[in-house]
Amino acid sequence: MQRRVIFNEKLLPYLLLAPQLAVTLIFFFWPAGQAIHMSVLSQDAFGQSVTFVGLDNFKEVLGDADYVKTLWRTVLFSSAVAVTALFPALLFAVMAERVIRGATFYRTVLVLPYAIAPAVAGVLWLFMFSPSIGIVAYGLKKLGIDWNPKLDGSDAMILVIMAAAWKQISYNFLFFLAGLQSIPKALLEAASIDGASEWKKFWTITFPLLSPTTFFLLVVNIVYAFFDTFGIIDAVTNGGPAKATEVLVYKVYYDGVHSLNLGSSSAQSVILMAIVIVLTAVQFRYVERKVHY
Amino acid sequence: MLDSPITAAVGRRSNWVPHAVLWIGVFITAFPLYVTFVASTLTPQDIAQVPMQLFPGAHGWDNYREAWSKGSAGTYLSPPAWTLLLNSLIVALVVTFGKITVSLLSAYAVVFFKFPGRMVFFWMIFITLMLPVEVRILPTYQVVTDLKLINSYAGLTLPIIASATATLLFRQFFLTIPDELVEAAKIDGAGPLRFFKDVVIPLSRTNIAALFVILFIYGWNQYLWPLLITTSNSLDVIVVAIKKMIGTGAEPTDWHIVMSTTMLALIPPVLVIILMQKSFVKGLTDTEK
Repeated sequence: MQRRVIFNEKLLPYLLLAPQLAVTLIFFFWPAGQAIHMSVLSQDAFGQSVTFVGLDNFKEVLGDADYVKTLWRTVLFSSAVAVTALFPALLFAVMAERVIRGATFYRTVLVLPYAIAPAVAGVLWLFMFSPSIGIVAYGLKKLGIDWNPKLDGSDAMILVIMAAAWKQISYNFLFFLAGLQSIPKALLEAASIDGASEWKKFWTITFPLLSPTTFFLLVVNIVYAFFDTFGIIDAVTNGGPAKATEVLVYKVYYDGVHSLNLGSSSAQSVILMAIVIVLTAVQFRYVERKVHY
Repeated sequence: MLDSPITAAVGRRSNWVPHAVLWIGVFITAFPLYVTFVASTLTPQDIAQVPMQLFPGAHGWDNYREAWSKGSAGTYLSPPAWTLLLNSLIVALVVTFGKITVSLLSAYAVVFFKFPGRMVFFWMIFITLMLPVEVRILPTYQVVTDLKLINSYAGLTLPIIASATATLLFRQFFLTIPDELVEAAKIDGAGPLRFFKDVVIPLSRTNIAALFVILFIYGWNQYLWPLLITTSNSLDVIVVAIKKMIGTGAEPTDWHIVMSTTMLALIPPVLVIILMQKSFVKGLTDTEK
C-alpha cells in the first residue's frame, strides 16, 4: 500500500495528519474509552461516589429480561426492514433495466427517498397513518381494518418497518441496478437463443450473478436498521406504545438520557460496539471475496 | 447505459409490464411526498377533515410565509424556518467541507510520505469506521460538555467531522496516481505542498464532487446528535425542529406549519441529489467499496 516514489519531509506528514487525528482522538477514542470505563463502574443515586463493579453492569444488562426482549425485537425489526427493502428494490431494478423510455425519470424518482432524513421520513409516514387524520389510516378503516399505531404495538412496529424500508429502497435499487448492468449481456443472449424464458433466465443467470450484491446489501441493510433508524422511531412512536418499537439504539439513548442510568447505558454502548465490529468484519470479509465472483 | 441491442429488443417486445411495475414504484415513492405537499397548501381545518382532500388547496402561500417568518406555536416555539434552514445549511456545509479537507490531508500524508507510526495512525483512523455516533452517544456527549461545546456550531459539527470512509476513498484514489507525475514534479523542483495543490487536488475533482453529495445529505439529515447537543431552540436544525413541532399529547399539532416546514427541509438535499445525480451514484458505489 505504499507508493514507490514519495516525498522525504519529516515533519510535514504529521502536520497533515494532525487535524484528523485530533478529531479522532477527542471524539472517538476518548468517548469509546469513557464508555468502557463507565461500563465497569457504578454510580450512587446522588452521583457522589463511584465504585468499581467489574462486569456487573454487563451481567445486569444481559440478565435483564427487558434487554433481551429489546435485542430480539431489534433482530426482528432489522430482518423485516432488510427483507421489505430488498425485494421491491430488486424488482424495480430488474424492470428499470428493461425500459429505455422514461429510464431517467424512474431512476430519479426512485432515488429521492435517499435524500430524506430518517426523522422526516418518519413524519411523512406518521402523518399518512395517523389514526385521527391520516389518509391511509382512513382507507384502512374503510376496509374494515382496525388500525391504531398509537395503542397497538404490532401496528406501530409495522409502521416503523414500512417507513424505514421506504427510505432504504432507493439505496438498494441503485446497487441492484449497478449489479445488473455488470452482468455480461452475452450470457443472457445465449440463453435467449436456447429458448429460455425471462423467468428462467432471471433465476438461472441474473439472480446467482447478483448474489454478491444481494449479500452485501443484506449486511448494509441490517446495519442501517440497527443504527440509522433512530430518527424514524423517535419521530413515529418514541419507542412506544409500551416499548413495542424500542430497539437497541433507542434503549441506549433512553436509559442514558432519560433514565440517567449511566452504568447500564455505557455497558449497552459497549455491547453495541461489539455488534458493529462483528457486522463490519462480516462486510469486509465479504468485500474481499466479491472480487472473485 | 441501456444501449445494448438485446435490452432494446426486450424493451420493445414486452413493454407494459416493466412500466407498470415501475409506476407502482414511483407511486410508493412519491405518494408520501405528494400528501405532504398537499397538506402544506391546506388550512388546519381542511387537514383535520377526514378524509383529507388529495388536490392542493389555495392556502400554500400563507402557510409557507407563516412557516418561513414565524415558525410554529404550541408546546415548542420553533424559530422561523429561515433560521432552521440556515442552521442546517451551516451544519451540512461545515461537516461536508470539514470532512473532505481533513480526509484529503490525512490521506495525502499516509500515501505520499514515509514516517514512523504511519501504519499505526492509519489503523487508528480506519477503526473509527466501526464507531458510529449512535453507538457512543452518551460518552461523546460527556466529552463535548467537558469541552464546553454544548450549544455551539462547533459542538454540532466537530464530533461528526472525522470520517474513515472519506480518508479511505482518497487513499484508494491517491494510490492510482502514477509515480511519473511525482517524479516529474520533483525534478521541476515542486515541493509536496505545491504538488498537492497543483496536481492532487485537480485530479481528485470528481471524487470530491461524489463525496460532496453523500456528505451534504449526511450532514443535512443529522438528527440524534443535534437533538442531544443543543438545548436552545435557536440552534435547532430543521430536521430536529420538525419532530419537536409534533405535539405528543394535549397540545394539538400545527400540521399545516409542520408540512410546509417539511417541504422546505426537503428542498436542499433533493436538489443536490437531482442536480448531481451522476456524482451521487459514483459517491454511493465508491464509498461502499
